[in-house]
Amino acid sequence: MHPAPSVIVFTVLSGLGLGFLAYLGLGFLRPSGVYAFLIYGLAYGFAVAGLLASTLHLGNPQRALRAFTQWRTSWLSREAWTSVATLLVMAPAALLAIFAGFPSATFGFPGALLALATVFCTSMIYAQLKTVPRWNHWTTPALFLLFALTGGAILSAQAGLAAALCVLLGLLLIFSYRLGDGRFAERGSTMETATGLGRIGKVRLYEPPHTGTNYLMREMIHLVARKHSARLRVISVLFAAVLPAVTLLILPLSVATVALALAFHLIGAFAARWLFFAEAEHVVGLYYGAR
Amino acid sequence: MTQLPATPSKKKLGLVIDLDICVGCHACVTSCKGWNTENYGAPLSDMDAYGADPSGTFLNRIHSFEVQPAEGPSQTIHFPKSCLHCEDAPCVTVCPTGASYKRAEDGIVLVNEDACIGCGLCAWACPYGARELDQAAGVMKKCTLCVDRIYNQNLPEEDRLPACVRTCPAGARHFGDLGDPDSDVSRLVAEREGMDLMPELGTKPVNKYLPPKPKDRPAAEPLSPIADLQATGLAGWLDRLLEKL
Ligand code: SF4
Ligand code: SF4
Repeated sequence: MHPAPSVIVFTVLSGLGLGFLAYLGLGFLRPSGVYAFLIYGLAYGFAVAGLLASTLHLGNPQRALRAFTQWRTSWLSREAWTSVATLLVMAPAALLAIFAGFPSATFGFPGALLALATVFCTSMIYAQLKTVPRWNHWTTPALFLLFALTGGAILSAQAGLAAALCVLLGLLLIFSYRLGDGRFAERGSTMETATGLGRIGKVRLYEPPHTGTNYLMREMIHLVARKHSARLRVISVLFAAVLPAVTLLILPLSVATVALALAFHLIGAFAARWLFFAEAEHVVGLYYGAR
Repeated sequence: MTQLPATPSKKKLGLVIDLDICVGCHACVTSCKGWNTENYGAPLSDMDAYGADPSGTFLNRIHSFEVQPAEGPSQTIHFPKSCLHCEDAPCVTVCPTGASYKRAEDGIVLVNEDACIGCGLCAWACPYGARELDQAAGVMKKCTLCVDRIYNQNLPEEDRLPACVRTCPAGARHFGDLGDPDSDVSRLVAEREGMDLMPELGTKPVNKYLPPKPKDRPAAEPLSPIADLQATGLAGWLDRLLEKL
């Protein structure tokens, strides 16, 4: 699949912001006054920037409000609802922290749940697609949630917890890479099933439908992006999990330490999300003799 | 509404494509593009049409495959592909806006372009590459089964067919009600063992493909003499005479 920068930025930043909001809602961090303003501003900033980036890849963003109508069947629509609900429910918690100086579990707990539900809905947009076997697996929501929880823990300066989550994240990343490589074959779609010609023999593409490219090929068959995948896999595990854990465990806890750990983690998260798209193979490639 | 109709429609309009007959002429591609650019919805745009890297929106494309049996010569098969109007259409349920829907009355899968935000998710959900986001209009385009022809009282009756079916010079495309077991198309499917594409994905396509028949004679060896004629009658007498000269 095409690793569109807007979608990569959206999923990474909104996941981080929502994860941070969840910790704030649960009271892991209890800022007040101006400090609370900055902290909540940061969390909202990430979440909102991410959500805004997601509208960049729409063909007709002016109609985005319509995306709220089909929550019965569509994970994208459910994501629209939960994300707006999170931002609204957490707002009183933020205001109470800033102006009254005390945390509010009344708004914080449901807000935290909604934040995580939003991350889950985002992940299900990908995990539901049978056409992309690598995504169509429980590891997709698990990875998205674990990224949000890890990033949130780093931002809330929970050194021990963040380091533990980093270990889990690293293991899950390695597991999902290895498992993902076999998913396409497991699904059983081949050029033979795609064309129904398997009953005659082995199928190969003789002529594509056109000499140029098209929307489908640009969007779903992205070979170039996979070129450095082996190296990027190592980078993603190292930066998203190993380096932030080490940083948080050996350096004294300070704003600078948290910032450094977060910077490492984000580099790794972007690399992992790039691979999430670039390595995902869509079955439509079979009609083009490619994956 | 992106919920699929609660009870699947009795009527299942769709296409039956005969892979034994298609000659890969792309006439259906051209007529489809023509009709659907001039009629329902946003036109099917082309990008950089006269430049170095042209591409455009098409609702129907012809792939050509070579199939190699375990023994014997390979076969070339031209393979038209458009929306299969699936009964369990994954493209419909993923749509956040309700722009994608499946009609309860005849099973046609359509996009309401005024509601489409162009998120592209439905194109991801379709296994067959049947949906393309138009790069000029930013809305999703797909085969409408020429819904603006098949019910169109202003057209002469013989034209009330999808443009591709009406155009195919080889007669490789058939249109009809696949929900009615006695319809011509259903009988054709039964006789010729019509098949589903990627049945393992559970989309239950309405459109069916008729497999190519096995070759009834081996292909000629490359560079073998084309004609080894034994002439008879007057030509035979001339043949023998000329050989003697
Ligand atoms: S062929 Fe693709 S676009 Fe058409 S109904 Fe099936 S899934 Fe949807
Ligand atoms: S591109 Fe349009 S029709 Fe397709 S899922 Fe998005 S809103 Fe629905």
